[in-house]
Amino acid sequence: MTMLSRVADTLYWMSRYLERAEHTARLLDLHLHLMLDQSAADPQARWDRLFASLHLSQPPADMHESYAITRWLTLDIYNDSSILACISAARENARHVREQISSEMWEHINRLYFEIKRHDLTPVWYDQPHELYRAVKEGVHLFQGITDSTMSNGEGWNFIQVGRYVERASTLAQLIDTHFQHFANIPLNQTITDDFLEWVSLLKCCTAYEAYCKVYTAEIRPDRIAEYLIFNSDFPHTIRFSVDWIYQGLQSIANITESKRAKHVNRLAGKLHALLDYSSVDEILAAGLHEYLEAVQTQCGQIHNAIYSAYIIYPADDFI
Amino acid sequence: MDLPAEAPTPMFQNYELDIAYDEMFAADGTTRAHYDGIYRLLLELTPEEYQQRKNAADVTFLNQGITFTVYGHDEGTERIFPYDLIPRIITHSEWDTIERGLIQRITALNLFLHDIYHEGRILQQNIVPRDLVYTCKHYRRQMKGVQVQKDVYTAVVGTDLVRVAGGQFVVLEDNLRVPSGVSYMLSNRHLMKYVFPRIFGQYGVRPIDDYGQKLLSTLRSLAPKRRDDPTIVLLTPGVYNSAYFEHTFLARQMGIQLVEGRDLLAHDNVLYMRTSAGLKRVDVIYRRVDDDFLDPLAFRGDSILGVAGLLNVYRAGNVVLANAIGTGIADDKAVYSYVPDIIKYYLGEDAILPNVETYRMTDDKSRSYVLQNLETLVVKAVGESGGYGMLIGPHSTAQEREEFKRRIEADPRNYIAQPTLALSRAPCLFDSGVEARSIDLRPYILYDGDKVSIVPGGLTRVALRRGSLVVNSSQGGGSKDTWVLNA
Repeated sequence: MTMLSRVADTLYWMSRYLERAEHTARLLDLHLHLMLDQSAADPQARWDRLFASLHLSQPPADMHESYAITRWLTLDIYNDSSILACISAARENARHVREQISSEMWEHINRLYFEIKRHDLTPVWYDQPHELYRAVKEGVHLFQGITDSTMSNGEGWNFIQVGRYVERASTLAQLIDTHFQHFANIPLNQTITDDFLEWVSLLKCCTAYEAYCKVYTAEIRPDRIAEYLIFNSDFPHTIRFSVDWIYQGLQSIANITESKRAKHVNRLAGKLHALLDYSSVDEILAAGLHEYLEAVQTQCGQIHNAIYSAYIIYPADDFI
Repeated sequence: MDLPAEAPTPMFQNYELDIAYDEMFAADGTTRAHYDGIYRLLLELTPEEYQQRKNAADVTFLNQGITFTVYGHDEGTERIFPYDLIPRIITHSEWDTIERGLIQRITALNLFLHDIYHEGRILQQNIVPRDLVYTCKHYRRQMKGVQVQKDVYTAVVGTDLVRVAGGQFVVLEDNLRVPSGVSYMLSNRHLMKYVFPRIFGQYGVRPIDDYGQKLLSTLRSLAPKRRDDPTIVLLTPGVYNSAYFEHTFLARQMGIQLVEGRDLLAHDNVLYMRTSAGLKRVDVIYRRVDDDFLDPLAFRGDSILGVAGLLNVYRAGNVVLANAIGTGIADDKAVYSYVPDIIKYYLGEDAILPNVETYRMTDDKSRSYVLQNLETLVVKAVGESGGYGMLIGPHSTAQEREEFKRRIEADPRNYIAQPTLALSRAPCLFDSGVEARSIDLRPYILYDGDKVSIVPGGLTRVALRRGSLVVNSSQGGGSKDTWVLNA
């Protein structure tokens, strides 16, 4: 079955936007939680760090206090990076390919959008700030489950997978990088005593705290956290896991389409795959974690561009 | 007039008969034989049963997503397309007349379209005035002399029929460009079989469910000759078009790609679509985009719904458009008034389905009659459809009549007038019981160059508001299933 380039593009972005919404929800949720514990610490610096983790420039100049910034990041439809804007964009994408996705998927994403949209932050903020973020996370998880069980696992499904994991790999790299840069001056191979909550929170941002403890026990060590979040191949919120899926998804798409243009994008995916396969945490900590994570992000960007030039906006001459 | 005493049921207490033709009851109040089964079913229907079936129907429609979006209200609210549960029944012999009449009409209109874009014999003989054709805004000079595949100008047609007081079907207008509504015809049928299976089975109703396959094979038979396994696509203006649901529905029914202009690309007089596997050649387009927007190089330059260069590909014979470009000339309402002459000219036959009496405003005598009698007439702009640009005399204000008088005098070519028709009425089911409502009928006609075929039935549209004559869904109209009986 042929798939229009526009449809592939739309599915890919639908998935990326949902992943972004969930990621932002998780980070904000933990950020607000941490602020409860450390009310004395400078809130502005904390917000700066959150913005850096999300790869965002600073909020509008008139926003200084936490409530306004939280609202801006959560429910401001005019802020393209807000959770609501991401969910809205995902829904718009789904709407344009309604006949290509299952009706269950459409109904769910539509419902999720209306559920989040009807929220007013004021009562949420003073009462149960985490309910809203939980609803976003659950909604996105449910969408993924519905997608897997109601959509044929063909080309479209693979574009959805690739979209999700390209987004996840690059946002994870950004998050880890920001965190390690902030704590650059502490010994990485010793158990954390100060700022314990900060490091646990990093794991929790990746929903990885429980999974980490099962592997390394509750002894929190930065080098182990780096190893886990970058290299673990079994846990879904790690760079390695994401890259495995990008690689596999692109292989499947290449097989289904039999496209002659697939070679370049598959080579890039293979290269990133190998980068993760053949490095170790000691090596990269010694050589520069920042450079390594930056390389991951750059390569994700290259893969994104290569997906476009292979499947979506390729030059017409190649086929005529 | 009252119904006979044998119907003491409160079901029919609000049912009115007057001069309009009633589909269920004869003038003396007796039930027409072919409605007898439905009539008895309605008499026996308890309010609980009615609610239960109505709910079942609502759920079916919602679940299938047979809805249309209402903008401006609660953002993105989707409403069920309004429908009525009592089928409209057409007998075998009534259908026979309709079918023969439409075959004749569509055959003649295709010959007419070919003629005016080639030799123009009918214009030379002044059967249809030359200036009428050349001043029509849907006339496309770009089509002059273009060889259209199998000479099929209109492959997909929806012609609106109404039934007048004497019971005769007459043609209200032809839709030769991009007729819509067929998805509702199919959905209504699906629903009726689900909600009233038993009575449906007893009636012996001719099937319509294969419309999708028939449309597909019509499109396939129009493919350029050299292409063995033609690629057929449906071209939609996109998700914001009010008929987008229908476009997705039909694409799915036919198993073809639903494309937008930006998915297509013309190169060296060949048309391609962009797929993830590379460019794929396109051979036939079932287009649901108006002429004006098809190709910004040939028509409206500000259109982003079309494909630059499409007209050249089309003229080169490398892609087939269904319908062809420029067919709107034949459903211009002033040209419509000549259709009986057109049929006579090309086929040597009298029209089987008559037209509604139509006054041409270019004719001085007719115009002065119309201007003096606006309150009893319906005035229509010739190039419009969907109930736009209309004056319904009996329901108009003096101010509106003044306005139309001014417009007619300023541009007589652009208007026609017709007597206000008493549309036939059919029983409709409401919470309060059964009431009579005005209806029309839009059968869907396919022409593949060899044969004109018509799906038995069509879309029966209903003016659900009491006393209304307007059947358009934007103005309180709905639809009902249409049963054509086997015998």
